[in-house]
Amino acid sequence: MKILVCITHVPDTTTRITFTDNNTRFNTSGVQFIIGPYDDYALARGIELKDATPGTTLTALNVGEAETEPTIRKALAAGADDAIRINALPTDAWFVAEQIAAVAKAENYDLILMGRESIDFNGGQVHGMVAELLDIPCVNPVQKLDLTGTTARIDREIEGGHETIELSLPFVAGCQEPIAEWKIPSMRGIMSARTKQLKVVQPTGGEKLTSVKSFEMPPAKSGVKLIPADKPEELVRLLKTEAKVI
Amino acid sequence: MSVLVFIESEEGAIRKSSLEAVSCAFALAQATGTELTAVSAGDADENTLAGLGAYGASKVLKVSDSRLATLSGKPVISILQQAVQQEGSKLVVFAISSLTDAVAPGLAARLKAGLATNVVAVPEISGSTLTAKRSIYTGKAFSFTEVSGDVKVITMKKNAVEASASAGKTASVQALAVNFSDTDFVLKHISTEKATGDVLLPEAEIVVSGGRGLKGPENWGMIEDLAKTLGAATACSKPVSDLNWRPHHEHVGQTGIKVSPNLYIAIGISGAIQHVAGISSSKVIVAINSDPEAPIFKAADYGIVGNAFEIVPKLTAAFKAAK
Repeated sequence: MKILVCITHVPDTTTRITFTDNNTRFNTSGVQFIIGPYDDYALARGIELKDATPGTTLTALNVGEAETEPTIRKALAAGADDAIRINALPTDAWFVAEQIAAVAKAENYDLILMGRESIDFNGGQVHGMVAELLDIPCVNPVQKLDLTGTTARIDREIEGGHETIELSLPFVAGCQEPIAEWKIPSMRGIMSARTKQLKVVQPTGGEKLTSVKSFEMPPAKSGVKLIPADKPEELVRLLKTEAKVI
Repeated sequence: MSVLVFIESEEGAIRKSSLEAVSCAFALAQATGTELTAVSAGDADENTLAGLGAYGASKVLKVSDSRLATLSGKPVISILQQAVQQEGSKLVVFAISSLTDAVAPGLAARLKAGLATNVVAVPEISGSTLTAKRSIYTGKAFSFTEVSGDVKVITMKKNAVEASASAGKTASVQALAVNFSDTDFVLKHISTEKATGDVLLPEAEIVVSGGRGLKGPENWGMIEDLAKTLGAATACSKPVSDLNWRPHHEHVGQTGIKVSPNLYIAIGISGAIQHVAGISSSKVIVAINSDPEAPIFKAADYGIVGNAFEIVPKLTAAFKAAK
């Protein structure tokens, strides 16, 4: 079996977001970059499936410029066999999906995993687009994925609960917790990651259907109004007459 | 030519988020001088669907097929692709949901349409360009994103546009016959597990949320009492769902559900940046916490510093008394 896990290179979840150049550019100064948390769940489940099924290979893929290579090496350290970096800035979901689909068409993966969304642009678009470009199903958001031969049993989250479905490989899954626990790379994994293959390929096509013109920060909160602990009825009154939300 | 909006229903009733999407789509139809067509593949009956006229729909296309008892991405993509073709639509509007998260990108790819997700206001349209304000960095910022492509698709965040039943239109309900492909129904539905009778968290107007400060799942009774009093949904922070005190579908935050209710009440939640990211688009945030230094108070509009076990029952009683 061949598994492809697509990963994003995104600011750490604790990052304080700021912009420069008159709110047209994300300020990367002092920002730590990580594998997207949802992608990290996808990667972890991919590694478990690989370990459970002899003869399986797992390739990690990232669309990004050279600066993302340390992030890709982390995926190799966690257990991916090899990696592909498509050398382009991932600014548009259609563009990124076309790049992934082009690789996937050539390599015929049985299973394509990625996070349900990136945590920078929160698009949640690429898995659905890749599936459509390959004419295979997309399931999202996947919380549990078990394989028996070529049949997958999946739990996906729905409003107020979850549903269980079955389908056959190949397909694309947008993953989220608790599909697997994040894998902490071992020292051995980190050492071997240095010598694993990280292939850089140039993008194909290049059409983009969206572009960000500017950014905006949410309005600052005016400050919390504290109510004495023995006066909850005062909170009720304020919610009713001042905030008008009840 | 018309603007298309996809609607979802729950036990025969149209979801509030779908009604918001209809109102948003109607504003876009008016801005572009076209009519609004709604598409339903769910269990809402003809009368209910005709009621969408009040929200601005001139026409509702209803798809009926025994294979659509539970909806999955591929058949819905086929439905919308054919509706777009029939209506000559240049713009398709969705409410974000567990279904449309897969449908909108699939439809966009099939039509090679520009797609903006997580949109928080009615987009601006100028000539052939649509500019959407999107929520990004998990609620920490917004982007103004230009969308191109002959057809454009947007998905609306909940509570971004108010559902308004004052459009005064009459909607005609028509059947849409769809040619499905063999590969549309490859997903086999096994079972659905759903909390019944409860308010669905992503749809809720009021959310009552508990954190690790509540010390254990056995203490959730007072959270549920407060939620019941307010007609609210219950939620929790990530540590609570990680500890299995509460189910994952209640986890609100960076890697959980992002909520945008009118009122979010955080009880015993310290307010880690990842939690605040998931609640930042709430209109009003109330924090109850014993630690006056807890970061949740920086995100909150109203706060009470004190012991939640004493405050929450009193607060519930005060809400009851004020009814």
